[in-house]
Amino acid sequence: MAHENPTGWKRWVYSTNHKDIGVMYLWFAFFAGLIGFTMSGLMRMELMEPGVNFLPGLFGMTEDQARHMFNVLTTGHGLIMVFFMVMPALIGGFGNYFVPLMIGAPDMAFPRMNNISFWLMPPSFILLLLSTFVEGTSGMPGFGGGWTAYAPLSTYGHTGPSMDLAILSLHVAGASSIMGAINYITTIFNMRAPGMTIHKMPLFAWSVLITAFLLVLSLPVLAGAITMLLTDRNFGTTFFDPAGGGDPILYQHLFWFFGHPEVYIMILPAFGIISHIVSTFSRKPVFGYLGMAYAMAAIGFIGFVVWAHHMYTVGLDVDTKAYFVAATMVIAVPTGVKIFSWIATMWGGSIRFTVPMLYAIAFILLFTMGGVTGVVLSNAGADVPLHDTYYVVAHFHYVLSLGAVFAIFAGLYYWIGKMSGKQYPNFLANVQFWVTFVGVNMIFFPQHFLGLQGMPRRYVDYTDAHAYWNKISSYGYLVTLVGVLLFILVMAMTIFKKKKDVPDNQWGEGATTLEWTLSSPPPFHQFNELPRIK
Amino acid sequence: MNVKRLTAGVMAALVAFFGSTVGALAQDRVGAPKDKGLWLQEAASEQAAKIADFNELLLWIIVVITAFVFVLMFYVMWRYREKANPEPSKTSHNTLIEFIWTVVPIFILVVIGFISIPLLYFQDVVPETEFAVNVTGNQWNWTYAYPDHDGIEFTASVLPDSAHVAGSAERAEAEQALSVFLGRPAKLNARLLDTDVRLVVPVNTKVKVQLTASDVIHAWTVPSFGVKLDAVPGRLNQTWFEANQIGTFYGQCSELCGKDHAFMPIAVEVVSKEDFAKWVERAKAEYADAGTTALGR
Repeated sequence: MAHENPTGWKRWVYSTNHKDIGVMYLWFAFFAGLIGFTMSGLMRMELMEPGVNFLPGLFGMTEDQARHMFNVLTTGHGLIMVFFMVMPALIGGFGNYFVPLMIGAPDMAFPRMNNISFWLMPPSFILLLLSTFVEGTSGMPGFGGGWTAYAPLSTYGHTGPSMDLAILSLHVAGASSIMGAINYITTIFNMRAPGMTIHKMPLFAWSVLITAFLLVLSLPVLAGAITMLLTDRNFGTTFFDPAGGGDPILYQHLFWFFGHPEVYIMILPAFGIISHIVSTFSRKPVFGYLGMAYAMAAIGFIGFVVWAHHMYTVGLDVDTKAYFVAATMVIAVPTGVKIFSWIATMWGGSIRFTVPMLYAIAFILLFTMGGVTGVVLSNAGADVPLHDTYYVVAHFHYVLSLGAVFAIFAGLYYWIGKMSGKQYPNFLANVQFWVTFVGVNMIFFPQHFLGLQGMPRRYVDYTDAHAYWNKISSYGYLVTLVGVLLFILVMAMTIFKKKKDVPDNQWGEGATTLEWTLSSPPPFHQFNELPRIK
Repeated sequence: MNVKRLTAGVMAALVAFFGSTVGALAQDRVGAPKDKGLWLQEAASEQAAKIADFNELLLWIIVVITAFVFVLMFYVMWRYREKANPEPSKTSHNTLIEFIWTVVPIFILVVIGFISIPLLYFQDVVPETEFAVNVTGNQWNWTYAYPDHDGIEFTASVLPDSAHVAGSAERAEAEQALSVFLGRPAKLNARLLDTDVRLVVPVNTKVKVQLTASDVIHAWTVPSFGVKLDAVPGRLNQTWFEANQIGTFYGQCSELCGKDHAFMPIAVEVVSKEDFAKWVERAKAEYADAGTTALGR
């Protein structure tokens, strides 16, 4: 060995090892996710009954403070779940750990850049958390302008330093992600094992490659937009201020030029994970491999030309809207290819219903539901009564909370044995799945009704007619809370097991990717002799 | 339309199932969310009716697609479970089926598009209107101005919760003030939807809405009219509606605008043309040239 393996804190802080960094990303996502989940709990408890009662009671604050705090919670929940939970888990965590293993590489192409990619995340997260404690507006703490941070609510609507901290947080997180993306692209292009052509590469590696391209192309646009916010706020520029010839809508175009690819950044790696799990537990190769890979590429590409469907009500020209309707609906085609290919993968298979497989099947079904409501929303005409209502909230939680997050659960159950060498307790994990499944559907399915009935999103209080479905939704949160606690229990019972007894390939002949040829957990440095792919 | 009948049947069944009570339709409609409501608010304009029809059609399309995927999945899960099928096939390609599941969705989307795009143009292209109202979003209320009626202008703010306690003095006071404003007896309908004064428009009349904002972005919407548009500072957005029923119709600000985003509802009183003419005369005396909005006059 060229150098010894570092131990103690140095192993983690100085780490250049993709597996250690991946594990740190997963832990980071776990803790950030708990905070984001707590925030959603505070919101759901506030919304359980009409009136603004819960937050004032809990924190001893005035109703005005509670109204602002609710907006801070929606903002924080959105930013944390997007930037500090889903992205670090799927891309930083599973991406780091399994892309090099799957393509037969010893590590990432730029291990030290990998280290700084990770270590930028905690300071970024701390900046975001700090922003909720310093003044946002009118003497009240935190930025309450939504994760989208539309100007002018984010400029002269929030004059306190809170928004500046949030901007800096996103800058740091963005830099981290861009470096991570460069690392993945370089690794996947240059470090595949001999014989592994791009068309033999596992679909998860494909999904991370496409995601990485989306990141390097979209994040700089976000960085530009929020820098313009920063200078509008602090240095007298008027990019988004009509009083100085600027335009608030410009910000929305820039934000969603990033924001729409961002939603695919969150879901493409999930697609990759689901493909592997479905194939493994059907004991069949993925159906239509090339179609699956290029469907993801198509989704990634089209994802860049549909952004204004988030802006149907801003007063866009009607021809512009007509274009965005058509372009947006096109996404349903490659997405349909993926759904049907997963089912075709299972067709004729020999299906085992392990916990990761249950999560994968639930993902396919629930993602379909989130997808079809997306087709409804894509029609600017049909969108009018639904825009900015709970229907939209239900739609994107079906694809993200019940989609991307289910894929994270699926991936964890699928790979925890590989990563830790210890197997999860099967019965409890099954219970965890069913409780979570019931809970999240109970939260989000009634929200379709609320949206159709016209309840706008980001509302701290609602008219009494919305009480019934809001109450059910909040009860759903409590069920989900049990699911999350069970998840913590299951993971703790796994990790704190004494014995490492998971074989190299615990899932049998269906698991064909290279990580299953290594020990569980894999050696600190793998593939000293590169595998050859036939 | 078959789709409509079918939907009505299923909705009726669902409503019965969830034990909802459908309020008796009084002569004056109240356009507001219903308790345990499952579907769009009832239409009170041609736009809203067309949007609802289209949404029903879409609902059926997506329900059929989702059901198809679910049935397929459950069949596969049952038929190809490990016990039933211990030896998996090795099939991983079938050009025909891949072609079909690419082309059939395209076909469905094209059909949707042929209905969607004309509807979009119908909503979006403002026809000849009889008069305009200027709507200005403020943190946190709405200013309404009638530039074609001597610049009548007033600001509508949400009524406090206390005005919704049955039998309270605040309620009587608020209803009294509202009745004076409207020139006819008025009652409050719902917490967080009622405002101290209402936008008044005549029935069966095309009204142009010109929207802007004085501070941050807001969004003005009345679901029963099928209208929703952002009020953006520095911009003048326009849309239109033609209410075809007399009554009170509600909406709520639909773009996050700060602390009291949930507390700046929209209440529109649709009256007969004669009542409107009378109201305008009274309102001119009271509210004309009261001030300027961000739009001016």
